[in-house]
Amino acid sequence: MLDLLREMEQLRREFDRAFTVSHPPSWRSAFLPGRGARQYPLINLHEDREHLYLEAMMPGADPKSIDVSLVRNTLTISGEKARWTGTTRVDDEAYHRNERAAGRFVRTVDLPVEVNEKGIKADYRNGVLWITLPKAESAKPRHISVAVAA
Amino acid sequence: MVEKTVPATTDANAVKTQEEIRAPERHLTPPVDIYETSDGLVVVADLPGVPRDGLDIRVEDDILTIQGRPTVEAQGEEVYREYALKDFFRQFELTDTVDQEGISANLQHGVLTLTLPKAEKAKPRRIPVHLG
Repeated sequence: MLDLLREMEQLRREFDRAFTVSHPPSWRSAFLPGRGARQYPLINLHEDREHLYLEAMMPGADPKSIDVSLVRNTLTISGEKARWTGTTRVDDEAYHRNERAAGRFVRTVDLPVEVNEKGIKADYRNGVLWITLPKAESAKPRHISVAVAA
Repeated sequence: MVEKTVPATTDANAVKTQEEIRAPERHLTPPVDIYETSDGLVVVADLPGVPRDGLDIRVEDDILTIQGRPTVEAQGEEVYREYALKDFFRQFELTDTVDQEGISANLQHGVLTLTLPKAEKAKPRRIPVHLG
């Protein structure tokens, strides 16, 4: 069973890689995903000694729909962006422009290091999701003192 | 079949809007939805990372300008980057069917919603006909 899971995971990673290579994220102009963007939301990753900081740009996501989960060191972010800001439905004919993408989204991110799942914090502010992940003890840099022979 | 072409109206003396003058690399153009309701127009723009006090909306010479400054609060060292937020900038020309005094704005979760009510004169009116 575990082998099957591992194989599925490997397959998924290969797919991800195939798409990433042929379509490198062009964040210069496409800072927001167009329709059919393969990766949504776009992310940035920072780190210091103790933490990883992930920010995901996802304006207009319904806060109740946002879900962040971790399996080993694969982080999954999902949520839904409503097409209309109000509760009222807008007919297609009423649109003069329709550039904003909408709908459900899921993205998995392979974290570069092991993290401690207990201390993960996620905060959705101004349409950006900020996730702070404490690094696992084993992933923190350690200094080994070097004895110098006299 | 008759092919109709709309002649391009290029006026050499036309005043250039700020958007044309500004270098495109210096700002991001937020994607927008514009739709019509019975009361007027609604403009919805994605402005991720922009707080309320970083937003500037103005109407001048029938040009609606939306400007937003996102807060950048990255900690630590960069590992991987897919996007970089810069100032947002976009302009729209308003017709006289918009009641410019009545424009209202709402910012929530990085999405700006502007409501542009119809000017009184643009609203459909029923003219009663009296029979003599």
